[in-house]
Amino acid sequence: MIAAVSTPYTVPVAMMDTLQVTILVLVAAGATAVVLIRERVRQVLALSVYGVLLAVLFLAFQAPDVTLSELTVGAVALPVVLLLTLAKIKKREE
Amino acid sequence: MTPAQRRLAFLLGAAGLAAFYLWGLFGLPGFGNYPGPYGFIINRIAVGQTNATGVVSTVNFEYRGFDTVGEEFILFAAAAGIATVLRRLRGERDRPAVDEAAGRQSPPTSSAVRMIALLFTGPVVVMGWWLASHAQTNPSGGFQGGVILATAFVLIYLSGEFVVFKRISPADLTDVVEAVGAGGFAAVGVSAVAMGLPYLSNFLPLGSVPGAVSSSGTIALISFFVGLEVAAAFILIIGELLEQTLLIRQRGQ
Repeated sequence: MIAAVSTPYTVPVAMMDTLQVTILVLVAAGATAVVLIRERVRQVLALSVYGVLLAVLFLAFQAPDVTLSELTVGAVALPVVLLLTLAKIKKREE
Repeated sequence: MTPAQRRLAFLLGAAGLAAFYLWGLFGLPGFGNYPGPYGFIINRIAVGQTNATGVVSTVNFEYRGFDTVGEEFILFAAAAGIATVLRRLRGERDRPAVDEAAGRQSPPTSSAVRMIALLFTGPVVVMGWWLASHAQTNPSGGFQGGVILATAFVLIYLSGEFVVFKRISPADLTDVVEAVGAGGFAAVGVSAVAMGLPYLSNFLPLGSVPGAVSSSGTIALISFFVGLEVAAAFILIIGELLEQTLLIRQRGQ
């Protein structure tokens, strides 16, 4: 094992644990919300918020690279693509 | 099969799955305990070998660069596939974007949306470009930077008109940029082969200071090409979808 490095950013372990547990609970709640919301446009918006939550989760677990990917793809690009698709389908249904 | 039998089959299956799942869970290493040697080895040698301090990028574009080429072409193929599926079919025609109901004007974009989109466009371009060009120094990379660059174009669509979006990102140009990005990555690898080195070897000077923007050799170059490819691919995908939504109608509609 590598010895813990002391940096100016070191925080108490208990604080990190609290943060990680909190965000895990929030992600579980967010995922449940995405499944339970049945109205499509609202579901996409919830999915976008869920993407932000996941990004925070990755940050709290020390994976900033994955945070950036999740933020761009999960919170922005995927909802945009889904919203555009919904708009197209809606036009056709009318 | 009667409902009772089905329920029994499900319960048996679910019990089996739960048993195996729990068994697997108890076999996992403890939370936060990393068992493998590779992470520790890479943490120790990566900066010394490549002069890049963004070690995740070093892994992506150097140690497992060959995997990343494959991923690059997955996105390339996906964008090409979307462009093919969403092309203008026989029986479809362009139609200007007007409101469906007769005699009603579609509401103009609100000035609040326009202002916010305009305000964000510049910073978003800077941030995307900064991320794509700093893979070697800190957490970032061509993929993230490319997607953010593409969202700048979405902001321009939001702040203006679809016509403006199309004018600044014509499909021909986007196609070329995407091809240059994807091909550039592969070409970096082939250049190494041409110099007698293994595919994707880091053949450029590494610079003397770890963590400088100009250090890390091919890692920065590959990140740049990935940024081009990803930005163009996302602009292409979003452009095709916008076109489908706003312009193309079934004949007779």
